[in-house]
Amino acid sequence: MPAPNPLVQFKNVQKSYDGKILVVKDLNLDVETGEFLTMLGPSGSGKTTCLMMLAGFEPATHGEIYLNERPINNVPPHKRGIGMVFQNYALFPHMTVAENLAFPLEVRKMSKSEREERVRKALDMVQLGEFGSRRPAQLSGGQQQRVAVARALVFDPELVLMDEPLGALDKNLREQMQYEIKHIHENLGVTVVYVTHDQSEALTMSNRIAVFNDGVIQQLAPPDDLYERPDNAFVAQFIGENNKLRGRVSLIDGDYCVVQTTEGVPIYAMAINVSASGEESTLSLRPERVVVNPAVGSVPNIFDARVLELIYLGDHIRTRVSLLGREDFIIKVPNSADHAFLREGDVVSIGWLQEDCRALDA
Amino acid sequence: MTTTADVGIDDKLLQKRLDKAMFNRRLRAFMLVLPILLFLLVVFIIPIAYFLFQGIYDKTFSSIMPQTTEVLSEWDGASEPTEEMFAALVADMVVARENKTIGRVATRVNRDLPGSRSLFTSSARQAARLEPPFMESLPEVKDKWGEIEVWQAMKTASRKFTPGYYAAALDLKLQSDGSIVRQDEKRRIHLTLMVRTLQISFLVTVFCLLLGYPIAYLLATLPVKTSNLLLILVLLPFWTSILVRTTAWIAMLQSQGVVNDLLVFFGVTPDDARFSLIYNKIGTLIAMTHILLPFMILPLYSVMKGIPPSYVRAAKSLGATNWTAFWRVYAPQTVPGLGAGAILVFIVAIGYYITPALVGGQEGTMISNTIDGHMRQSLNWNLAAALAGVLMVVVLTLYWVYDKVVGIDNMKLG
Repeated sequence: MPAPNPLVQFKNVQKSYDGKILVVKDLNLDVETGEFLTMLGPSGSGKTTCLMMLAGFEPATHGEIYLNERPINNVPPHKRGIGMVFQNYALFPHMTVAENLAFPLEVRKMSKSEREERVRKALDMVQLGEFGSRRPAQLSGGQQQRVAVARALVFDPELVLMDEPLGALDKNLREQMQYEIKHIHENLGVTVVYVTHDQSEALTMSNRIAVFNDGVIQQLAPPDDLYERPDNAFVAQFIGENNKLRGRVSLIDGDYCVVQTTEGVPIYAMAINVSASGEESTLSLRPERVVVNPAVGSVPNIFDARVLELIYLGDHIRTRVSLLGREDFIIKVPNSADHAFLREGDVVSIGWLQEDCRALDA
Repeated sequence: MTTTADVGIDDKLLQKRLDKAMFNRRLRAFMLVLPILLFLLVVFIIPIAYFLFQGIYDKTFSSIMPQTTEVLSEWDGASEPTEEMFAALVADMVVARENKTIGRVATRVNRDLPGSRSLFTSSARQAARLEPPFMESLPEVKDKWGEIEVWQAMKTASRKFTPGYYAAALDLKLQSDGSIVRQDEKRRIHLTLMVRTLQISFLVTVFCLLLGYPIAYLLATLPVKTSNLLLILVLLPFWTSILVRTTAWIAMLQSQGVVNDLLVFFGVTPDDARFSLIYNKIGTLIAMTHILLPFMILPLYSVMKGIPPSYVRAAKSLGATNWTAFWRVYAPQTVPGLGAGAILVFIVAIGYYITPALVGGQEGTMISNTIDGHMRQSLNWNLAAALAGVLMVVVLTLYWVYDKVVGIDNMKLG
């Protein structure tokens, strides 16, 4: 998707640390002005390396990175004007909160009165107006996090990078901070490139998500696309919960296809990442799209499954069943007034729509 | 949730129970440190306390010459000596001669009145044969007995508790009337020595800092494999005997040594005007800086190792140049290591002994060499104790100043 005027462009960027293994392989990525783009992936997938190259702390081995259509490979970090929030916040421990915030303004030789004004505004933005004279060590984790965000924004950068900034917070605080960062992004209109390995964080906050694996972007799409329409087996597996079924394509008809499982059972699915019959394929099916006791004829795929395990999770009941020789097939049964009551050992009929089942690469 | 109120425990009872619960733990902890505590008490604290006590306590004269001591205490120190004083002195000398302790008295008085040693030893030989009135017979043996200075020196020496040694350590002189005046100009040596000791220690600390900081930085930022190798290079001399290292410097720095040979070879200096790099202050400074460098590097390294690289990165991302990031963000965080290293080097340096003794020559020796001289050669332990006491006070004062300026909590050894 070529953007009209991308703020950041990665062009054929490669990175190797040891001269043998490419950590980032031929990366092409445009970040549009004002968007919240998340780089999501398991550790070692190259996402943090990309961020460090963009910030200027790691040189690209090959390729060029552009900021505002200007190549920045040879621009040192302090001249890039990119704000950054670090994993451990990196608040300077020997300075007060206000001094931390004033630091980027001071090195920009801003007048004292303007500095004070900006620091006050930035502190108010993160609701820490009272805390200017404290040391970072006297703040809670969430407060330190807010200061780090405020510091990265106080000098009005066009672009802010965030490297797993919420990793050290507990679950409730993390969720709260996700909303706060999202709102700050919306209010200021600043462009954010965010790195995380937490998919729910990525889904909550982002305009677009780039899923990294093995140094390559597997898919770049808005959150809903990524979840509902994964391009390949890795993305399907990495984002949200996913049922995998393996088989061989026996028929392709436009958008639709039929996949024969190893037992020879045909499954009707969408042809997403398969090109010819005879190919190996992994079928992807979200647990919440599985229907229990479907009316005959309502869905094309209907099978008998034996209930192995029930886990009560409040809003839904996570049900593990044995299906087509696999024992890890998960169904989410919503805890609604008229849901199907299952017991371990029951044999039930389950089914799903052809549109909900995606035939992906092997 | 259960609160204390619910189970009916009042605060006092709770505190009591807590104390009881903690008592066993404290007792165990105390038992663990007991052996080292006793060891330190017996071989370290008590001997040092006893030794320092010598700086103000000297019973040599008063125990050997009890009668003289008694009459001298009533003497005003200015009027003519009386027959009673002469009689007591002769009686004491007879006993001291028999006990062979007169030499100690002679040495003791000689400290306050140089040249008076033979006065005692030769007079004591004839004391038993003297006839009263001793006022006349004693000066016949040695006419110096008629001079009032001898009696004043004895009065000073007869004091058990005396500020005399501390006065001497500070280039002052205790007089027989108890007043303290400055020492004769040519005998003022200790203050010069103390100033030189402080100066050398300070310079060594500064040199260690200048040389050690970059090395510690390198160690902390290089990959572990390389930095471990470098660390061994830092520690290797640390494990080598000080004596060996100091003698190695003699080979390096002497006028026919390696450094001078190289300087001559490269034409920096003509062969007949080689630099004197050893047996002077320069030698002491070079050798001590080399030997004490690890004391600076190790605390700095351990502190720098604990500073995540993200701080400097954050500073740069916020617009700081390399220099600003280092100076404003990195360096302030190394202050604890810097303080620890500096105070360690300084305190070790101020009491340094073996290196200045070997390479210091005349102008490169330090106060500890003088203390050593008083303990082993002149056997004036009292003055040695007083000098050590002054040194200790100086160190503690500097420590106190350091605490006020930098803060001792700010110190981190690793």
